[in-house]
Amino acid sequence: MKEELIVSGRMNHLIDPYLQIWHWHIPLYLFLGGLAAGILFFAALNTILGREEKYPVSVKITPFITPILLIAGLLALFLDLNHKLYFWRLYTVIRLQSPMSWGAWTLMIVTPLAFIWCALNIKEIYPKWNWKYKFLIDLESFFRKNKTVIAWLLVIYSLILGVYTGILFSAFNARPLWNTSILGPLFLTSGLSTAAAVIVLMSKKHLERHYFARIDLMLIGIELFLIIHMFMGFLASTQVHIEAANLFLGGPYTTPFWLFVVALGLVIPAILEILELRGFKMPVWIAPVLVLFGGLMFRFIIANAGQASRWLY
Amino acid sequence: MRYAMAVDTKKCVGCSDCVVACQTENKVPIGYCRDWVVEVTDGTYPQLEIEIRSERCNHCDNSPCVRCCPTGASHYAEGGIVLVTPEKCIGCGACIASCPYDARYPHPDGYVDKCTFCLENRVKKGLDPACVSVCPTKCMYFGDLDDPNSPVSIVLKKRKWKTLIPEAGTMPQLYFLI
Repeated sequence: MKEELIVSGRMNHLIDPYLQIWHWHIPLYLFLGGLAAGILFFAALNTILGREEKYPVSVKITPFITPILLIAGLLALFLDLNHKLYFWRLYTVIRLQSPMSWGAWTLMIVTPLAFIWCALNIKEIYPKWNWKYKFLIDLESFFRKNKTVIAWLLVIYSLILGVYTGILFSAFNARPLWNTSILGPLFLTSGLSTAAAVIVLMSKKHLERHYFARIDLMLIGIELFLIIHMFMGFLASTQVHIEAANLFLGGPYTTPFWLFVVALGLVIPAILEILELRGFKMPVWIAPVLVLFGGLMFRFIIANAGQASRWLY
Repeated sequence: MRYAMAVDTKKCVGCSDCVVACQTENKVPIGYCRDWVVEVTDGTYPQLEIEIRSERCNHCDNSPCVRCCPTGASHYAEGGIVLVTPEKCIGCGACIASCPYDARYPHPDGYVDKCTFCLENRVKKGLDPACVSVCPTKCMYFGDLDDPNSPVSIVLKKRKWKTLIPEAGTMPQLYFLI
């Protein structure tokens, strides 16, 4: 039997014994960003497809929470910075090789678009709303005339935002668990799924609720497929990737991942949604709340487990 | 010009003089270090083998930290040395997460700090980095790989060497003589 003992004289307490550079801010932001991206995507897509009247809540009501989500996410990102007063340096360059750079720029585009979308629909919530000043009225009519253009921009940039939340992690080959290109589509799917859940929660219209429950069901299926693919990829890869997968297959993250993310966040809501679509009576809020909980846990677990996975040398 | 360093694992005794010299020279805050010593013991008693390495930033040719930095604070300076400009660094931690050698740490002042090969304070004045010059067993070699007569070029020609996790694709420039 061969044994190996490594003793390091290092004392950087945020690095050893495992990396602790990202705490709650980044996973929370990834959840909020993914959720906002999903809501805006559905709103813009249903507008382009001319289904505003068929699915009104997804187009006109749920987007109102996206500015709050995005600003809360940006605030979390800001709090995460160690050199806070220099945050403006992000917007002095565009570095395409750095996901954090183009992610920051994407947020800079999506956030104003989310505000514009809300402004266009504000009369749905406050029918007596008055823009008062002429330039605001002119601005509003300009955006209303170009609503399709804004919707297309939203579809594109919300997809970029959704994918980016995963690519932020997958660009780091130093952390084998994160270093899989499946994280991009997986985080996007999860973001869209949490968005569908919010629409199901907020909609009172039977037709709309069922439509988004079906979409959510499909997205949950895709997520499960991508998660299985992720583990297949890891287990067929190098030793460090096998060890990264083992964090979830017997390692310290096994119970939280399979219980909170897969069982409570994906499988059980999927079963509940199937039963509901088949006509069983049950509280509508359970499945979407579980999906939201699973999405949040998924990001926290991937962020923490990734920092515990590393190359060995 | 391509600055590089070689550490002789057969000569290093793990005294950590290099660590203290660096902390003093570069005013590294207490509780942190830019270089450190690793001891790897291999085998089963009584057939044991020990390797001692003085490690630091590998000043990679293909640095993930430079690639993922959103502001350009992490950059290649003279001779391929990887440096951080504190006034450009926002302290997002992306470079720390991207380094497979865990060579960077968040400085208490907010920016990210790491080994500089003592470029500004010593190398530009014609001196060796602090760790190299203080080593009591003279186990470290520093110089320009493009100059065939530099100490590091000569020793890399004569001895067998390895780099750390070359499979990470970083093209590290810290060599270990074995």
